[in-house]
Amino acid sequence: MQTTEKTIADELREWEHQTLLPFTERRPESREVFRTQGGAALERVYTPAHVEDVDFARDIGFPGQFPYTRGPYPTMYRAQPWTMRQIAGFGTADDTNERFRFLIAQGQTGISTDFDMPTLMGYDSDDERSEGEVGREGVAIDSVDDMLDLYAGIDLEKISVSMTINPSAWILLAMYLVTAEERGFDRKKLSGTIQNDIIKEYIAQKEWVYPPRPAMRLVRDSITYSAEHLPRYNPVNVSGYHAREAGSTAIQEVAFTLAAGIAYVEEVVKAGIDVDDFAPRLSFFFVSQIDFLEEVAKFRAARRVWARVMKERFGAKKPESMRLRFHCQTAGVSCTAREPLNNIARTAIEALAAVCGGAQSLHTNGYDEALSIPSEPAMKIALRTQQILADEVGVIGTIDPLGGSYAIERLTTDIEKGCFDYFAEVDKRGGTIKCIEDNFFQMELADAAYDLHRRKEAGERHIVTVTKYRDESANPHVELHHVDEAASGRQLARLRKTKETRDAAAVQAALDEIVRVAKTDENIMPATIAAVKARATGGEIIKALRPVFGTYVETPVF
Amino acid sequence: MIGHRVHRDLARAISAVENGITDYRGALAQFAAFGGPPRGSRRADVIGITGPPGAGKSTLVDRLIEGFRADDATVAVIAVDPSSPFTHGAVLGDRVRMQRHAGDPGVFIRSMASRSAGGGLAPATRDAVRLADEAGFDIVIVETVGVGQVELEIVAVADVIVVVTVPALGDGVQAIKAGLTEIADIFVVNMADRPGANASAVDLKHMVREGKRDIPVLQTIAQDGTGVSELLEVLNAKRNGEDTNAVRAVRFEVVRRARDEAVRRALATLDTPDAAAVLDRLRDHELTRNDAIDALALMLGGPAHAH
Amino acid sequence: MPIKVLVAKPGLDGHDRGAKIVARALRDAGMEVVYTGLHQTPEMIVNAAIQEDVDVVGVSILSGAHMTIFPKIMTMLSDREVDDIAVVGGGVIQEDDIPKLKAIGVREIFNAEASTQDLIDGIERIVAETGRASTRSAQALADGTRVPDPAR
Repeated sequence: MQTTEKTIADELREWEHQTLLPFTERRPESREVFRTQGGAALERVYTPAHVEDVDFARDIGFPGQFPYTRGPYPTMYRAQPWTMRQIAGFGTADDTNERFRFLIAQGQTGISTDFDMPTLMGYDSDDERSEGEVGREGVAIDSVDDMLDLYAGIDLEKISVSMTINPSAWILLAMYLVTAEERGFDRKKLSGTIQNDIIKEYIAQKEWVYPPRPAMRLVRDSITYSAEHLPRYNPVNVSGYHAREAGSTAIQEVAFTLAAGIAYVEEVVKAGIDVDDFAPRLSFFFVSQIDFLEEVAKFRAARRVWARVMKERFGAKKPESMRLRFHCQTAGVSCTAREPLNNIARTAIEALAAVCGGAQSLHTNGYDEALSIPSEPAMKIALRTQQILADEVGVIGTIDPLGGSYAIERLTTDIEKGCFDYFAEVDKRGGTIKCIEDNFFQMELADAAYDLHRRKEAGERHIVTVTKYRDESANPHVELHHVDEAASGRQLARLRKTKETRDAAAVQAALDEIVRVAKTDENIMPATIAAVKARATGGEIIKALRPVFGTYVETPVF
Repeated sequence: MIGHRVHRDLARAISAVENGITDYRGALAQFAAFGGPPRGSRRADVIGITGPPGAGKSTLVDRLIEGFRADDATVAVIAVDPSSPFTHGAVLGDRVRMQRHAGDPGVFIRSMASRSAGGGLAPATRDAVRLADEAGFDIVIVETVGVGQVELEIVAVADVIVVVTVPALGDGVQAIKAGLTEIADIFVVNMADRPGANASAVDLKHMVREGKRDIPVLQTIAQDGTGVSELLEVLNAKRNGEDTNAVRAVRFEVVRRARDEAVRRALATLDTPDAAAVLDRLRDHELTRNDAIDALALMLGGPAHAH
Repeated sequence: MPIKVLVAKPGLDGHDRGAKIVARALRDAGMEVVYTGLHQTPEMIVNAAIQEDVDVVGVSILSGAHMTIFPKIMTMLSDREVDDIAVVGGGVIQEDDIPKLKAIGVREIFNAEASTQDLIDGIERIVAETGRASTRSAQALADGTRVPDPAR
């Protein structure tokens, strides 16, 4: 891109000399370097000279077309807005079912389930490790009886259901299939997503049971089973949210997530499945942080990188295998406990970034995010924020509205480059799983988190009301979600009832069968479905397999 | 049976030595004052675990604890991690890998910062081992820092030394050649499911054959326990066999004392007027560095041209 | 002699970012930090505190279970006669709960807004006030006052 005689770079230098310099001599800038939240230094102003290496046809292109920088679909929100999917989960299945119905009544278009820590970690509610945590941060699900009540009255062929669960995901998927079957729904029509992304657990979220290799086998089995039986279901939601919340940079968020995606594809391809038979059902999950420009660029870069990886590395042929679709959640860590209503503003800006970045579904945090799980009023405002974006702001009318901005294109390309650099490093180190075992990602993340923390403490990044404009008067009172201390007792009663009414011998036989299958290379899903149907609990299945698979212990890095 | 009170008393006695509040005798007296158990006629077997970082030492120690506990032997572990040379702070994370034994009164785990001491141990490690012995533990396992260099200090502390390495640690085997054959009683190639494990084991066996002592070379996967029972068998045989390490430990100690004495003499010599005169001439450029070193070495009675 | 701190992470959740940043910051401030790893029960934490003979136990809780976990830790420390080890807390702890925790002996709560410098200063202040656990034991010996031992 050249102008007649002077290049744009020349003009930029001229401007710096003639206009900028005299000005800054009189009134200097407030800081020497402005950085993104991820730590990248920003230019004062971006020009065509900054994007000379970006080619429109090759790198930007059109929505719904390779490399999908502008969006996975040609119409995007002009056909229908993103799925508004507020996560919910607390107490017993009945308690959460009531919240789901409330959200659907308010216009929510998909549901998303948050499980309590014991369910997430594979302990039953009556395990001693579960004490104090049953139904507290999510809903307690011990057996398929609980799941039947959790989704009672919800049309599973019409509403897409997402489940945020990882090390025990294959069991919850089995429960979901048995629930659908017992209620007479057609498996082929079930749409929804299960997180089932074990790799990021070792990197960031730290919910694990078994060591990485057997855990990968469980993910592989659920993906291959799903490829065969569940055409509309996303059996894995490869997630960067947790790494970023744990302090990673934007580049690391995308790079680690897509490195995990690469590992899953390799694992399933190794099992003899054609890449185009399952890759279209892989879905992704990113955070939308507060740094607006960097986030929009991040989403665009993620799509471009994945498209290139699928095409060039795996030789995918179907366009659907190359287009990255993602769920997005606003950043929990950006919310403050002080003056919590300010979080409404933060969340709205983050949600706008997600929409400008082309998210397929979105969860907006409640203003009480830093204090407790969300209250009903907080959830309602969060949902209304999304509805305002969809119906009032006008950004849904044009696709990838910030595409072509010099700044956005530069940041997008830099994030892409950062990702491919990481992939080269990971390959050099023997692949994603090896890197997890060697703590490579964990150490990179720990360093980034510490760096971000120090930059915050050094005053480079401010948090309003915490590091700046702090108001020492009493924190404004907001009504928080009331923890129902009796829920745990009710759940224990439910579990007792299931255990008393089931056929104990059938349960034992089903557990024995899972253990037998686990020792072979057969797909573990059918045996798990049978056990769940016999009312085996999640904790029982997890426990039965520990002697076969072992228990993971991390080597912490700092 | 070792109770929680012994844990507390032992822990505080170790701190007293570690922090220079008292010496070993004082700590022992303190221990007795707290009501620690009297030392019987039996003595703890001390096992040293050394090897490069990332070799899986802590995981292996966790497996050994499991194995010894299955035989009802009580185990104390002293795990040494490096201190920062700049801030003197340290993060001690070894017990994470042994946490399943945390509730077992027959197991005592103590992390120690190296506090800038070289040689892979902390200054108070030796006393901590003796105190754990006094406290009645059957076995004391010492895990060295593992920062890469050969950690010979462990010889003075342990009866049996296990040198752990992993395949494809690059110069892992090279590092061992540099001196660990001198001190190893058992070689363990951990993470034996990784490529290159057999090659590493073969390399080690060749090396052992060149030396004078017969050192078993074992392969383990500490992560899932593979090969650990064989390691326990060899360890138990060594524990019950003749105490070959006593001779080695004495030799090492004599060498160490001789080295300390030589350093002391050298420093004293440097303080003499004769040495000061040599150094003055160096300062005035009348002597080259090498000439100055030769002149001073002569005063020590050592060989001149050693550089 | 460096201050020795146990950084403990109870509960089933994996939110260890804060605990790890604290561990690193305390190390950089010259302290010796023992990290327990995730998913610790109160008993595991107390056993580690005893064996490591730390001056301070820092407990990071974000799961909302603090009113279950802190009382258990405090009771066990007292039962084992090591209640001279100071306990501090951090994480997501509602303001209403802070006085209740202090009433059972938790020395300080550092919420998410506390800077690492606040934490370092707080720990140094607490140790200056109470003295080192091992020093107190040795001092008792030097004074000839035997530490009471009802079990023997």
